[in-house]
Formats: sequence, structure tokens, C-alpha cells
Amino acid sequence: MIHFVLLISRQGKVRLTKWYSPYTQKERTKVIRELSGMILSRGPKLCNFLEWRGLKVVYKRYASLYFCMCVDADDNELETLEIIHHFVEILDRYFGNVCELDLIFNFHKAYYILDEVLIAGELQETSKKSVARVIAAQDTLIEHAKEQSNSLSNIIAQATK
Amino acid sequence: MESWANVIMKKAFKHGSQNTIDQLKTIGRELSMGTQGNWLSSKEYLDLVKAIGEAKSKAEEESIVMAEIEHLKKRIMEPDVPRKKMKEYIIRLVYVEMLGHDASFGYIYAVKMTHDDNLLCKRSGYLATTLFLNEDHDLIILIVNTIQKDLKSDNYLVVCAALTAVCKLINEETIPAVLPQVVDLLGHPKEQVRKKAVMALHRFQQRSPSSMSHLLTKFRQILCDKDPSVMSAALCALFDLVSADVKGFKNLTASFVSILKQVAEHRLPRAYDYHRTPAPFIQIKLLKILALLGAGDKHASENMYSVLMDVIKRNEPGKGDPGSNITNAILYECICTITAIMANSKLLGLAAEITSRFLKSDSHNYKYMGIDALGRVIEINPDFAEEHQLSVIDCLEDQDDTLKRKTLDLLYKMTKSSNVEVIVDRMISYMRTLSDAHNKTEIATRIIELTERFAPSNQWFIQTMNQVFELAGDLVPVKVAHDLMRLLSKGAGEDDEEADSLLRSSAVESYLQLLAEPKLPSILLQVACWVLGEYGTVDGTHSADDIIGKLCDVAEAHPGDNVVKGYAITAITKICAFEIGAGREVELIPECRSFVDDLLASHSTDLQQRAYELQVFFGLGADLVRKVLPVNGSGEEIEFDRELPFLQEFVDSALANGARPYLDENERLGVDSGMSSFVSSSRSHHEPSHGLRFEAYETPTAAIPSGSAAAPSSLLPDFEESVTELTRSVRNQTDSSQVDLLGPEVARLRLDGVQRKWGRTSGSSQPSLAPTPASEQQRRDSGVSEGASSNKESSPAEPRHEIYSSSFEGKKVEREIPAEKQRLAASLFGGSSVQKGSSGGVKGGVKASKAAGNVRPGEKGVPPRPAAGSGKKKNWSAAEPKQASSSLMDLVDMSGDDSLPVHDAKASYDPFKELEGLLGVPSTAASSTSVGLGKSTMDFMSLYDSAPVVSQSASSLAGDSDVLSLSHRRSGGMDGANGVEGGLIDLNILPSLSPLAGLGELAQSSSSLSPSTGVSDKKGPSRQHSLQKDAASRQVGVTPTGANPALFQDLFG
Repeated sequence: MIHFVLLISRQGKVRLTKWYSPYTQKERTKVIRELSGMILSRGPKLCNFLEWRGLKVVYKRYASLYFCMCVDADDNELETLEIIHHFVEILDRYFGNVCELDLIFNFHKAYYILDEVLIAGELQETSKKSVARVIAAQDTLIEHAKEQSNSLSNIIAQATK
Repeated sequence: MESWANVIMKKAFKHGSQNTIDQLKTIGRELSMGTQGNWLSSKEYLDLVKAIGEAKSKAEEESIVMAEIEHLKKRIMEPDVPRKKMKEYIIRLVYVEMLGHDASFGYIYAVKMTHDDNLLCKRSGYLATTLFLNEDHDLIILIVNTIQKDLKSDNYLVVCAALTAVCKLINEETIPAVLPQVVDLLGHPKEQVRKKAVMALHRFQQRSPSSMSHLLTKFRQILCDKDPSVMSAALCALFDLVSADVKGFKNLTASFVSILKQVAEHRLPRAYDYHRTPAPFIQIKLLKILALLGAGDKHASENMYSVLMDVIKRNEPGKGDPGSNITNAILYECICTITAIMANSKLLGLAAEITSRFLKSDSHNYKYMGIDALGRVIEINPDFAEEHQLSVIDCLEDQDDTLKRKTLDLLYKMTKSSNVEVIVDRMISYMRTLSDAHNKTEIATRIIELTERFAPSNQWFIQTMNQVFELAGDLVPVKVAHDLMRLLSKGAGEDDEEADSLLRSSAVESYLQLLAEPKLPSILLQVACWVLGEYGTVDGTHSADDIIGKLCDVAEAHPGDNVVKGYAITAITKICAFEIGAGREVELIPECRSFVDDLLASHSTDLQQRAYELQVFFGLGADLVRKVLPVNGSGEEIEFDRELPFLQEFVDSALANGARPYLDENERLGVDSGMSSFVSSSRSHHEPSHGLRFEAYETPTAAIPSGSAAAPSSLLPDFEESVTELTRSVRNQTDSSQVDLLGPEVARLRLDGVQRKWGRTSGSSQPSLAPTPASEQQRRDSGVSEGASSNKESSPAEPRHEIYSSSFEGKKVEREIPAEKQRLAASLFGGSSVQKGSSGGVKGGVKASKAAGNVRPGEKGVPPRPAAGSGKKKNWSAAEPKQASSSLMDLVDMSGDDSLPVHDAKASYDPFKELEGLLGVPSTAASSTSVGLGKSTMDFMSLYDSAPVVSQSASSLAGDSDVLSLSHRRSGGMDGANGVEGGLIDLNILPSLSPLAGLGELAQSSSSLSPSTGVSDKKGPSRQHSLQKDAASRQVGVTPTGANPALFQDLFG
């Protein structure tokens, strides 16, 4: 099971956090500080795994962003590495050449996408296509709902004038 | 709007003039203002993000965020905030919280937002609540009603949003409220909904298995769902269920096998392929389940043989090809399954083969997996370890901390009495490098376990323990110290008094030495004090005054540590007693006198008592003192009469006066559930409020399934319950004392409870009213009493690893290896095989040179010299250029795995083309690396020379592999070279000093530059996107040339 997902920039800034196991706000801050210190200081050729408090942290660097996932000690690290890659590919497909800036300004969208890829700490969808489809459906529906509500509020606004 | 912008940009590309592009950038910027406004209209938010992004220091960021929190607090509480604004505030709250600040004041607004009818708002509300709230948060109860409503919605997107929230928010208490609806959703026409419903049920199963017990068959049914994603979701749940109860699912073995077979045979839709591997994540999950089902079951295992063979065959890469990450992930999982089930020799052979490949890989990731796999394989076939001893030692000495630890784990599994000293030595030296408490504790526990089990001598045991205490200090459990003391007092267990006293004197010497060091952990001091007190003067080399002086120094150096002081004063008491007992006159040295005086006035009653006891001894006769504190008395068994017969009279009279009979702990627990032990009665005063709070949120759960979950109406039963809870716990409080003098009426109880608080002292002091010789004795060395009562077996070498030792015996060192390594290998893997190793070395040397000759004709110049271990590796990689190139690329994180096969195909690329490409990387990349490039153009050329892919002259470098490996080592520390922020990251991390490391980077950059790889194919037209992004960012005010251009980097490099 995945306990949490972290996205940290090279400067140690947090770009996204998702906690599947309960952590208090204090613990979260501590975990992030501890892990970003450990991960950022690791050289490029070392392995992408860290053993940490009886759990394992698998991280991978994409450009200036570190994607980290914390999994159980008996989980398959290589698989986790590929889950990260899977997520990045989906982000890439959605944003089109995704870069850190996309994630900064659209972090809530990244959350929506993550919710479609992982749920309750497990990989829920392994097909990129179907993730893309759901996200697109949500986007269009929201667009649609928005237009509707806009037009409605317009009508109301005009009527009340 | 966005699409319109796209059209314009596309046109611009067609015309291609730089001028128009510039103009269009401006238009794009304005347009993107609109698109940005799509979701967040406010410039405030953008400014916030920008300000935080540009903050120079943590303190500055902090102050910005604090200001933002204040601002939000004010704004969010205004009446009638428009919905859209509110949504934005919530998103900003999420942002603030993500940065690690407390946004709890806004949680309620997020919860409120989930009630909204607008899907957009609802989704934001759910997102925020799932991010904000843990499952035990008080606000959860407010959201259950909404979730119930949304689960019934016609719109599947609403249902999906609700289900996502269910997975995070619904706790054990609220499961019954939503369970029926979630189960209904298993029949939903949309597969996304079904899938999420299954995941939600899985979550429920984890939280509260009892509430799910009637649904177990459901999971079996879902396994047959026609949609693969729903089926795979069911696998997660089934994995948990199977691990809880293997027997109940044995009959599903055939189904899992056939599913795995179908998946491996590529029967699933193409959409489930991941880098051309059919549904690897599903395969891995299935393999995990099979491992559970086949464990210890010959019949079930046999059913799996063919499918496992098939899976391995399909994922095994061709010769010389390291394979992609994902196929290796599957292969690794196959090893796990094979070693878990009762596999046949053929499968075990395959597992061993894959493990060797992992271990020989250049990638640290694969090495790590290989070490892990090796640990699994040798549990079945211990002989396998010797084949890989050199790889293991390489890993052990690697600079990579993770790899080192994993290797230590492996060694831990391989430990036996013949190699325990080497392994523990390694572990201790590793522990020296550690700083964090968790790791230290773990390693310390392991060392202690190994030393206790395999210690060759007591002497060594004590020394090792001292080291552990010194390094891990207070992280070591107290029990270990007690064990050590007991070992010293009981001796070797045989009746060899001489050996025991030798042991003790050596312990005394070592502790006297240790005490000279300035800073020691408390636990070590305790042991030292105890040993000095017990045995310091026994052998006569040290005078009582010497030892007492030392002990006073210890106590003085640790004025805050009462435990150490206690140990010190007890030790002094003992020494004085021995002296008095021996009939000598004792005159306390002045510093000891003042120390005792201090303690006589101490705030700690314990210390006071000990000091007074010491004083009493001076007034007693020698005979009496000898009786109370005999020399070497700690080894004696202390008899303790649990019945306390001398108190019988008192109890009888109390009973006669109407007191309730004493119930022991278990009986009490049976009678009233609230009270766990006598000791906890002191805490029971807090329990009423505790019970009250929890109950208040419990009851609505019960009310919810009935339909109406209005919180106010359910407050009433709550209250009642909490009142009963209150009275119950007050009663508990009284029940807990042995002698309950009070009547049972509830109405009176509160007051009585208070009374009891005062009365309790008399009750609890009963046992100690009249100290028996036994209890006196016990207090005398209270430090040991705990250990003594726990009565642990002290005979260490329990031969669990007996099987190993025999098979390790006849091993020999095969290859020519550096002497030091050889020694290490011998001590680790073969005990006394140094001699055999050297005789085998000749053979091995021949073998190695022969291999070298076969592999590389140009390699003849390499003599079989000490460095051959690493030299050989070079040969191997040079011999198979394809393998080498792609394994190098595999090191490279940034390249998509898609690109690997492409590279395999063009293994003979022109290095100079690549170099050009490297230099030709547009804009920031080139500028940021130009420093490094300019510095060492020569280096670059030599890099290419050294690349095995490109040139045969690698042999010259390989011959000099000492230097190479050295620089290789150093390259790990070269991370500092990444200082430059901008540009392609793979160029950034190009260390200009180390040729070998640079080689990896080159391969890396070349792979990222490769045209038309799988990933980039799928992406949109990148220039167009980057234009848009540029526009967006300009609007925000962040420019690529500004403070942090790295933000613009495409994540795929």
C-alpha cells in the first residue's frame, strides 16, 4: 500500500502532497522535512529507494521535480517506480509536455488526476486511456455546468435589474 | 478560448516568421489570462504563488503564508461570500495547508462546500475535505449525509467524487451508514463507478473486517467482472483477504492462475499495456496472491509452475539486454513467488539466474533488488550465496547508503556462529555513521539479537554490548542491560568459577577505562556502576577508595540523572558493605561523604532511602552486613512469597468489617471492562471526559442508517449514554481498589469517588507495610530484579541457521580478488577457507584470464591482478556493447522507458553527432552547461574514448580500473556540481571531474535527445505548448529567464 505521495522541487519546496495513511499536520511537516533532506542530498547514480522508519520511499527525479512515494516494506520497489512513471505520463498527456509550472498553478488538477490513478493507497487504474477519458469527462461536464450556471445567473441578474 | 489560441499559434508556426511569433506571444499572454481565469479568476492567488516561489528564505516564505492565512481567515468568514470566491479561498487553503501550515479554521467551509449542488464546487469541496481531514476528524460526521446523497446521484461523476471521498473519510464508525449504498454501486453500469466501489469496499475491509464479513463472496464475484480495471481492483481486496485467511481461498487458485495466464498472453485490451508489457501491475498483484496461496502447499504450487515459467519466459530480456524496469519488476515478483511457494528445481534455477543478472547489473536499483532476491533465494538454497560473494561485498562497500543497509540485512539473514564476529563488526561500524534514532534502534536490535544468539565468547559479548550501548545509548531497551548484568553475575552457566571471575575482572577493567571518556549514555553508566559495585573490589586489584572515587565522579558528572545516581549510591553501598563484611574499617573519602550528604537531602525519596541505608550499614556488625549483602550475591535466586502471609491478619479483619474481597487483575477485567489494572486507577480521574467526548460522536452512526442523520436530534441519546459512561467510570475508579468500603448506589458515587482518592494511599501502601527480608533483598539490587524475574534463557546459540553452516563449510574463493576482499569474503561466507581460497585462486585466476581472453581479444594486457574484481566488470560490459549502453541508460532516470528499445536498435550511433546534439540543446541548456563543457572539452573526448559502446580503447581504462572505480566512487559525491539551476537537468549534473560518471550522463542526455521516442510521439506539439506556457507565465510574472527557469522544464527532460 502507498502511504503517501510527495512532490518536492529541487529546492525542497513542496509541490503536492497526498496522504493515504493518517498523519497529523505536525507529523506531515516533519516527514516532509526529513525526507526532502534525505532525498535531495542523494547523488544521481544511487538507487531510487530509501529505507525509512520501517517503510520504503521510492523516488524518481523528473527535471527539477522529485516524485516520491512511500510504500510498505514488502512492496515491489521497481513496480512503485513504474507507478510514478505512469502518473507522470498521464500528467504529461493531460498538460502536454508537463512542467513544474503546470503543477504549481494547477495543483488541484494534479490532485484530481492523482485521485483517478491512486485510490486509498492502491493503484486503481492502469490504463492511461481510461484515466484520460474520465478526466476529460469531468472537465467537459464542469465546463458545461459552468456555462449553465453562468447563463442562469445572467438571466437572474437581468431579471432582477 | 484555448482552442482559438491554438489555431492562431498553429498559423504562426506555418508562417514561421519570428516577428509574428513574438506578436502572438503577446496575444497568447492576454488570452491565457482568460484561460487561467477559467478556474481561478483572482490575481491574488497567482501573486501568492509567485511570491512564495520567489521567496529567498524559509522565513520570508513563512511570513508570506502567515499573511495569507490572516487574509483568508478574514475573508472567508465574511457573510455571503460568492460561491466562486469561496471555491477559490478553499483552493488557497489547500495550498497553504500543503505548505505545512495550519488551515483548520477553514475546514468547516470545505465541508460546507461539499453540500453545494454545483458539481464544480462539490468536487472542490470533496477534494479539500479529503486533503484536510483524517478519518478520525470530528467534522466527518457532517459530511456523511452528503456522501449518502451523492452516492445515489444520477450523475456518475458525482458518484465517483463521493466514492473517492468515501475511501478517505469514512471511518469504522460510519461504515454502516454508507455500506449498503456502496454495495449497490457494484452493479452500476459505469465501470469507473464499479471500480471505485470495489476500492471503497476494500478500504472498509481494512478498517473494520467485522462489518464486511457477510460480503466476502462479493469479492469473488467481482473477480469475474468483464472490465479489467474492476477485476484488478478486486485483486487488491482479495490480496488482503487471502493473506488473512489462506485456506478459505485455496479454491480460487485455479482462477488466479488462469487470469495470470491470460494477462501474460496479452489477452487484455491494448489500453492496459504499459510500455508494451501486458498489464504489468495486474500481473504483479496476481503473482503476490499466488505466493500466498502456494506457500507450503505442494498441490497449489504445482498448478502454478507452468504459468510462472510462461511469465518469466515472456519477460526475460534477450541476452545482454538488461530489460526494462517494468519487466524486471515482474521478474522480481516472480522470484518472490517462486521462493515463497514450493517450487521445483527448474523454477528455482530460473530465480537464481535472474538474481545473478540483477546483482551483476550496473544499476544500483537492480543491485538492490538483486540483494533482496538473493536473501530470498538463499533461504532455500544457501549454497547460492557463495557464487555472488563478491557482488555482495561490493554492495556492502558501496557508497550508496540504501544498498549498504540492504546488504547488511542480507548478512543478518546469513549470520551463523562462524561469521558473526565479522558481520557484527560491520554492523557496528555502519552504526557509527548513522545519526537518526530509528535506524540506529533497528541496527542495534539486530546486533543485540545476533550477539545473543551466536556470541562465540562472553568476553566478546560484553565488549560488543558495550559498543552498542556507547553508540546507540538510550535507544537500547533496558532489558538488554539487565541481560548483560545477569550474564556477568551468573557467569558462563557452567561451574567454572575461575573463568567467571576472569570475565568479571576484565569487565571491571573495561568499564574503568570507559568511565574515563567524557560523554556516555545513561544506560552504559548504569551497567558500569552496577559492575563496579558488584565486582570492583572482588579481585583485589583496585582498592575500595579507588572505586568509590570513580563512582562519585560518575554521579557528579551527571547531576540530572537520578537513575545513574541511584546506581552509583547502591554500588557504593555494596562496596562499603563488602569491606565491612570482610572486617575492615571503612572511612568514606570526603567527596563521597559530600555526595551521600547531598542524597540525604535529595528530593527523590528513592535516592534518600538508598543514602540512609548506606548510613545504616556503618552501624551494623560485620556478620549482619555479610548476611544482608553477601559478596557475589546477585547470582542467587531470590525467593518471593507472593501470598504475603504476614498480611493475612489485616485482610481478614478488613473483610470482617465488610470490605469486598480482592480480585486480581484478570478477574477485575472480567467484571468491569473499563479498568485495566490497579496501576491505571491513578489515571481514571481523566476518563470521564474521555468517554464523554468519544461517545458524543459515536451515536449518530447508529442513527444514520435509519435514514435521517440530523445531528441535533441524535444528541439526546448521546447525552444519556455519556452520563452512564460517566457514572460507570467513576465506579471503575472505586472498584479498582482492593478494599471497597462503599455502597454501590450511583447517586452517591461521585462524592465517594473523591473521597477514595484520599483513602487510596492506605490501600496501596499495604503490601509495603512490613518489609520482608525478601523485599529488602529485592530492593537491594532493584536494577536487576526486573531482568531476574523475566528469566530469559541466556544460552545464546540457538541453531536456527544450522542448515547453512554445514553447506557453507566446503566453499572456496573462486576468482582472483584483492587480498582484503578475499579475506572478507572468506570470513563472511566460508569461515576458515582462506587456505582453500588461495588454492582455488590459481584455478580462478586461470578462469578469469581465460574469460577475459574469450571476451575481448584486445584485453590481453590485463594481468590477473588485485583489481580484477572490478576490472572484470568492465570487460563484461565492453564485450556486450548493447547491454552496456542500455544498462547505462537504465541508470538514467529522466529518459522515458519507451526510448530504450529505440536505443537498442541504434547501438552504433555516431558519438560526435551526439556531442553536437548535446551542445545544440536550445537556450538555457547550452548556456548553463557551457561552463562545464568549456572546462573540459578534452574530458569529453576521453569520455567517448572510455565509453565501451564506442571504442575498443576502453580496455586501457579498464586495465586501470582502480583509478576508474575510484573516480566512480567520487562521482557520487559530485552532486554539488548541480548547482546550476537552469537547463536540461541531465546536462546539469554532468560532473566535469569524473570520466566514468560523465559517461553515464552522456548516455542519458543522448537518450533524452533521441528523436521520436514513444513518449514524445504522444505529446502535443511541444513548441506550441511551450508558447502557451510562456504566455501564461508572463502573465503571472514569472519569466523563463527569471529566478527559477527550472520551473519550465519539461518533466521528461
